Amino acid sequence: MLPIVELAIFALGILLIDLMIPREWKWINAVGAFVGVLFAALCVWQIQSTLPPRGLTGFYNSLLVDRFAIYFWYLFLAGAAVAILNSGHYLDVEDEHHGEYYVLILLSVAGMMCMAAGIDVVLIFIGLELMAISTYVLVGFLRRDRRSNEAALKYMLLGAFSSGILAYGLSLFYGLAGGTNLGQIARAMSGQNPHNPVVVIALLTTMTGLLFKIAAIPFHQWAPDAYEGAPTSVTGFISVSVKAASWAMLLRILLYGLWPLRSVYTPVMVVVAIATMTGANFAALTQSNTKRLLAYSSIAHVGYMLLAFVAMGTSQVGSPGFLDGFKGILIYLLVYTFMNLGAFAVITSLRQRNVIGDELDDMAGLYRRAPVEAALMLLFLISLAGIPPAAGFLGKYYIFLSLIESGHYGLASLGVIYSVFGLYYYLRIANAMLMRAPMETARLPVSLGMRCAVGVTALATIVIGVYPEPFIRGVNWSLGIAQAPHVAAVVK
Amino acid sequence: MQSHILSIILFTPLLGALVLLFVPSDNKQAIRWIANIFAFGGFLISLPLVPLFWAQRFEVTPTHFKFLEGTPNNWIPSIGAGYNLGIDGISFLLIMLTTLLGWISILSSWTAIETRMKEYYVWFLVLQTGMLGVFMALDFFLFFVFWEAMLVPMYLLIGIWGGSRKLYAAIKFFLYTLLGSVLMLLGILFLYFHHHTVTGVFTFGIPELYKTAPLIPFNYAIWLFVAFFVGFAIKVPIFPFHTWLPDAHAEAPTAASVILAGVLLKMGTYGFVRFSLPFFPAVVSHPRVQKWMIGLSIVAIIYGALVSLMQKDMKKLVAYSSVSQLGFCTLGIFALNSMGLTGSVLQQVNHGISTGALFLIVGILYERRHTSEISEFGGISNVMPVYATIAMIMFLSSMGLPLLNGFVGEFTILQGAFTANWRWAAWAAPGVVLAAAYLLWLYQRVFFGTVTNPKNEKLHDLTPREVLTFAPLIVMALWIGLYPKPFFQILEQPVNQIVQTLHDNANTSAAGSNAVNPNIVNPNAAAPKASN
Repeated sequence: MLPIVELAIFALGILLIDLMIPREWKWINAVGAFVGVLFAALCVWQIQSTLPPRGLTGFYNSLLVDRFAIYFWYLFLAGAAVAILNSGHYLDVEDEHHGEYYVLILLSVAGMMCMAAGIDVVLIFIGLELMAISTYVLVGFLRRDRRSNEAALKYMLLGAFSSGILAYGLSLFYGLAGGTNLGQIARAMSGQNPHNPVVVIALLTTMTGLLFKIAAIPFHQWAPDAYEGAPTSVTGFISVSVKAASWAMLLRILLYGLWPLRSVYTPVMVVVAIATMTGANFAALTQSNTKRLLAYSSIAHVGYMLLAFVAMGTSQVGSPGFLDGFKGILIYLLVYTFMNLGAFAVITSLRQRNVIGDELDDMAGLYRRAPVEAALMLLFLISLAGIPPAAGFLGKYYIFLSLIESGHYGLASLGVIYSVFGLYYYLRIANAMLMRAPMETARLPVSLGMRCAVGVTALATIVIGVYPEPFIRGVNWSLGIAQAPHVAAVVK
Repeated sequence: MQSHILSIILFTPLLGALVLLFVPSDNKQAIRWIANIFAFGGFLISLPLVPLFWAQRFEVTPTHFKFLEGTPNNWIPSIGAGYNLGIDGISFLLIMLTTLLGWISILSSWTAIETRMKEYYVWFLVLQTGMLGVFMALDFFLFFVFWEAMLVPMYLLIGIWGGSRKLYAAIKFFLYTLLGSVLMLLGILFLYFHHHTVTGVFTFGIPELYKTAPLIPFNYAIWLFVAFFVGFAIKVPIFPFHTWLPDAHAEAPTAASVILAGVLLKMGTYGFVRFSLPFFPAVVSHPRVQKWMIGLSIVAIIYGALVSLMQKDMKKLVAYSSVSQLGFCTLGIFALNSMGLTGSVLQQVNHGISTGALFLIVGILYERRHTSEISEFGGISNVMPVYATIAMIMFLSSMGLPLLNGFVGEFTILQGAFTANWRWAAWAAPGVVLAAAYLLWLYQRVFFGTVTNPKNEKLHDLTPREVLTFAPLIVMALWIGLYPKPFFQILEQPVNQIVQTLHDNANTSAAGSNAVNPNIVNPNAAAPKASN
């Protein structure tokens, strides 16, 4: 609870300080936000070191701080820290350097933390809205840019609509279970006939909302537009942290609360996973805007993670297929956070006074204009394509392993074939970057913060890939509780 | 006490790449020297392996691998992957080939590469480590990391320093080989999980998987075989999967072509020998599977040779000749007797030497004229006599003339195929004749006659550096051609081991795969016969 409160206090503090400092001192806001994130991480670490194995509950059992939540909290904080490092110079270039930007990032992280730790649908929903509203504003932060405004409007309308559907589904569950606690819902559902029409409607509407938030096809239309129009530094942030938070919410609700209904939702997930991989990979093939291309690629990654979810849904709790699927999703989110943020950080650095820098052509000849960034971008692309020794391979490894373990050979084959598709569009970026002549030869000015952002994410990508043992242990640790979803029933 | 010689050989090129990163990119002379020092050093460091390995070539070890390094699960204990290295006779020969060709191809790039030189040498050295790792890894996870990581530098070498259609060729190469390897990944994961269901242990150790993989029921094993087959067949390349090869070769810079033909293609055949045969003995010795494999090999031999005849570009001609020659290698493998296997591995080494040299030969003309169209040349032997002599030796070696290396390999393979089924040998034999046809015709068109193209009149002959790149290859070609006995001795133990596995499992699972051809696994075939 402390880190959430602490983040909110920092956010409000920055809002006040922002009023007092002159224009050229705005970087203080960034420093303040960064310190806030570090401080929150410290709080999380303190909670972690005194955490009982079953976790702590609070706020009338609406919040469960368990290892699963802690894992995601670290993930959100890492994403936010890199995003903040990445933003300063970009906002200067855009001439939109305002304290509110950092306030919104911190508040959205607070919302995400509620989503990951909530076991009461009301709290989860509040967290979701806090995060969503902050990100709507962030997407539209470039007030003078039409694309940004359009993206924000689209994102907000569709987002609000999906939140409504989610709320509708959850309210039906409230009616069925007589309570809003996920444990209560789980107990009520295990007594229900899963094919009861009301249950099915409640489930499908809830899933629609959840799938919308993780941007799975057919609920993905907002993502390419929002990603393209948003300030690039925000795109990186929403493509990893918002996605991770939505996944945390999805796992909490579907695994903790609605596990008894898995025979209904798993077949739906199979269809969604196949549609997501197919649609996203084909759509990405022809994109000429790098942000849009990476948006479709991130949808494709959701498809792979959904495959792991299918493997979980069709295995016994505690069997290798279930555990490796769960680990697969968590590890995938971890490596995805770093590699995708890194890729967006490189694209962010292409933004200059008179160049928007998000077209594929802007990448041409990057090896000459910024050799280090080009080499690291290659690393991120290889990682996104899932080629070892970059970290992305580890996520793919677990996902395909879980599919093999649960006997889904067809789905596994489909998944690996789509990952070859994926390589093609990543190579288009690599080709432009390394093999085409530069359009302009001036070296790219890259700020210190961006260098740090790219460097840290690249380091993480390579370290997780080459020596994944501590990270796998971390995930195993975090699953010490989450591997038994019925544990929610323990909560009174 | 473990010897760390394999790790040292493995990481010397990578160390060179790291050192190069700290050299300023405009200091071209220093970059060349450092890259060559590390490449030559990598070769020199691998030389002590020869007497060491020779001393224990017949030694029996529990896993049949030697120079073992690392303990199980020492890398990622959570999933049972370890940094385990080890070699047997087969991988020993391929490792020596790799270090030799690596050095030669880096030396041959001295003047050929002038743009973005630093990146070039860095990627080349990284590629070298990746290739060596594939041959050394005794852990499937480690193997797969090297297997895929190696694609990236190759893609860049083709894509950045290649010819006019380099982007197309580079992407095609990468996508094709990745498609093969991801299917193989699923196969590996299945073996890994199967090992767990049988023994309760999660491990990627290849010696451990050798014990459990043959227990997989036939109807699963056949699909696993297919998954591995696609991965290896694309690499080799076997007939319908070969279309990436001519493009990649035609566009790649000379040195990359040498490595591609000399080493990368061998990974496919190595995979068949190392994995497909011992993992799925019942499948490969199933008569129908075997017939398909032999059939594809024969088609590759004849088709590759016929297409070579029609090529107008020297690089493409040599590329298609590789398809034909590797058809011989797979023919030897799927003859499934020790003759065929020994011949196949030896022919893999021979192909590395001869075809590597052929690409260097084409590269020399390409560097001088920036074209490899056959019609651009003619009468070259008048202006470049030394070059013409060296080319003659290597052409003869490639077409399998007795006293040179190609003959020994092809003869042993045909002998093995003959032992298994004389018709197979009869179908493959025309490939040898066709090889002589396309190579001699090429030689005639390029080297003989008078100089028809005025641009060719002032070509200068080989420099001492260029002669140096050919010298070791000629020495090896003569050695294998005149006195191949040491090579047969080195291969004897691992090959007999594989044949033994096939024999054992074909007997136990004979009920499952009815009517096993007794010739296939006849251990008597191990003894060389006087004549056929």
